[in-house]
Amino acid sequence: MRKSDPLLSLFALLAGLFLWTLAGSTRSPQVAAERLDPVRRLVSELGLSDPALFTEARYTRHLSQADLHSAFQDHPMALEHFPSGSLLAPPRPGAHGRGE
Amino acid sequence: MGWLRRQRYLLDFILASLLRRKGKNLGLLLVYSLIVFMLASVMLFTHALKREMGLVLQASPEIILQRIEAGRHALIPEDYLQKIGRLRGVTARKGRLWGYFYDPAVRANYTLMVAPERRLADSEVIIGSAIARTRGIGPGDYLTFRAHDGEAYSFRVRELLASDTELFSADLVLMSERAFRISQGVTEGWYTDIVLSVSNPLELEKIAEKLTLRLPDTRPILREEILRTYDAIFSWRQGILFVLLLGAILAFVIFAWDKASGLSAEERREIGILKAVGWETGDVLRMKFWEGAILSLMAFLLGYLLAYLHVFHASASLFEPVLKGWAVLYPAFRLTPVIDGLQVATLFFFSVFPYVVATIIPIWQVSVTDPDAVMR
Amino acid sequence: MRIVLEDVHKVFNQGRPNAHEAIRGVSLSIEPNRVTCLKGASGSGKSTLLSMIGCLSRPTAGRIHLGERLLSGLPERFLTDIRRHTFGFIFQQFNLISGLSVLENIMLPAYPLAPDHRQLTATASALLDRFGLAHKARNPVQWLSGGEAQRVAICRALINDPRILIADEPTANLDTRLSRDFMEQIRRLRESGRTVLITSHDPVVFDSPVVERVIELCDGRVVGG
Ligand SMILES: Nc1ncnc2c1ncn2[C@@H]1O[C@H](COP(=O)(O)OP(=O)(O)O)[C@@H](O)[C@H]1O
Ligand SMILES: [Mg+2]
Repeated sequence: MRKSDPLLSLFALLAGLFLWTLAGSTRSPQVAAERLDPVRRLVSELGLSDPALFTEARYTRHLSQADLHSAFQDHPMALEHFPSGSLLAPPRPGAHGRGE
Repeated sequence: MGWLRRQRYLLDFILASLLRRKGKNLGLLLVYSLIVFMLASVMLFTHALKREMGLVLQASPEIILQRIEAGRHALIPEDYLQKIGRLRGVTARKGRLWGYFYDPAVRANYTLMVAPERRLADSEVIIGSAIARTRGIGPGDYLTFRAHDGEAYSFRVRELLASDTELFSADLVLMSERAFRISQGVTEGWYTDIVLSVSNPLELEKIAEKLTLRLPDTRPILREEILRTYDAIFSWRQGILFVLLLGAILAFVIFAWDKASGLSAEERREIGILKAVGWETGDVLRMKFWEGAILSLMAFLLGYLLAYLHVFHASASLFEPVLKGWAVLYPAFRLTPVIDGLQVATLFFFSVFPYVVATIIPIWQVSVTDPDAVMR
Repeated sequence: MRIVLEDVHKVFNQGRPNAHEAIRGVSLSIEPNRVTCLKGASGSGKSTLLSMIGCLSRPTAGRIHLGERLLSGLPERFLTDIRRHTFGFIFQQFNLISGLSVLENIMLPAYPLAPDHRQLTATASALLDRFGLAHKARNPVQWLSGGEAQRVAICRALINDPRILIADEPTANLDTRLSRDFMEQIRRLRESGRTVLITSHDPVVFDSPVVERVIELCDGRVVGG
């Protein structure tokens, strides 16, 4: 057996899997939307505005409602109290602009 | 056909030659794959998460109206619902009651919320799965809160929020309005904030403007702003993860550069032999191209596929400590596989191209020299 | 194919202070189907001359004809093409690629020509058989003894079935007995109708009955033969 045979078969296999992951992503939007239905129902029932990903503090829990007005700035880039602060972008100018 | 056969022979040769330093090359492949794996994991994860957020947050309220007092978010009086007055396009308005609760028993922050539609008895709560996991409780068990006035209130857990909604419901405690007001000390006539439903998104800006005029001590938060916030989340430049990764990538670049470009005397001699026995300069370059291509392609495919498994079938468990940070509650969630072709193409380009170039460039000089060197 | 050299010169480092004229006007005609030996002291220019004949390098001045073709002046691509179809090389240090197996080493010159793989393996195996190395086919070449390595080098030189065989001091790393064996193999190659060109300053080679013509070089000039 030639040395390139196992290599090429391995490549064919990996490339096949790769294409499968790409194809899987294009055929799934419908399924994905259906899967998310219970979440959307809950979100609209309770009027949720943020995911429960960062429960460390108020301003990380409800990132979209973090206010820019307080004396001690309650927004992620203010001062690094929590590790998630380094993952979150500071609000863009205009993102919370109203009423200021 | 002939071309293909020739490339296969070159593959044969370069494989035999790579296998001579099996340990070193496998090590290189491993580190290389690991780097691609980390990068691809971050890319797949953030993209899928953003997509999911985008889809779900479409269902969140069009406008949330907060009252600001002394620069801080404050409770909003019930009569603001009337004060808003008639606004064209607003189809529904209601006051929300919610807040935070720090549970010293497990040092976790909960989000308390009133859910009128669930018709909860005053002594009942519905809790998110992460709380149930962390506290080790289930339906029928009791959850005790120390209220604002120091009293302890016990609530029976009626049910858990569906676990497939955990990304949004992990830390929720739903209760009745009366229970919330008594335990949190929010008197009648006040709400946490007001949500407005608007049927036509084109009217949102206008409505927001009117709201700030009529109620100058409030600030409206539009759904679009929420969506924008979560679109900017994990943006590419942020994150300790990337700082850490940068270090790893730099280390790898140095290693790969050294490995790929440092032509040993042995390799020079071999290229001389190949040229003397009839290989063209082009053959040598093609052979080296395949060396770079095999390694980097293999690393790309392995790293990417592992990242795919990690993100979509292992719940991105390696990121959990980073995302969780100091929090106690963390949602268990499974993302729907969605892949951004452009992102993958970018990753492909930056993981394969530089390495291939780094392998070919140094060979150039050597392979254009005269083949009679082997005679000396 | 007759090889004809007309007033060939080779200058190394031309135009620089350390310029050195290694070949100073050599004119020769080498007959086909003969064993010819280039004899001379070390540094007399044997390897330099051989590499020009074998298209490994180009003369600074003069012409080299291979049959009908004029070699000097052809671009590298064509020289490579002629080299791999016409010449087989055996080098002083054997120049096998260590780490690769005997079989892989032998097949190496055929890779750029990309013949059918099964056929190539068969040809290589037949050659190994002929030189009594069939049982070593899968071994890495660094395990071979000097004589075996020499025979592998011959097999490699023959894989593309060249008309002309070029051997640069092939016996320099062999003892007398192995050198005699080598000359015996050369005789058989000669009988199969090949032109053989050897350089050597080893009497076992140039005094061997196999060698039909001895050309003597001294300081880049032909002094006898
Ligand atoms: N690439 C080179 N650059 C400079 N001088 C060279 C080169 N190759 C050979 N020489 C010189 O040319 C002369 C002839 O060398 P060579 O043909 O190798 O001799 P031989 O094979 O007869 O021992 C020597 O003096 C050698 O030093
Ligand atoms: Mg020499």
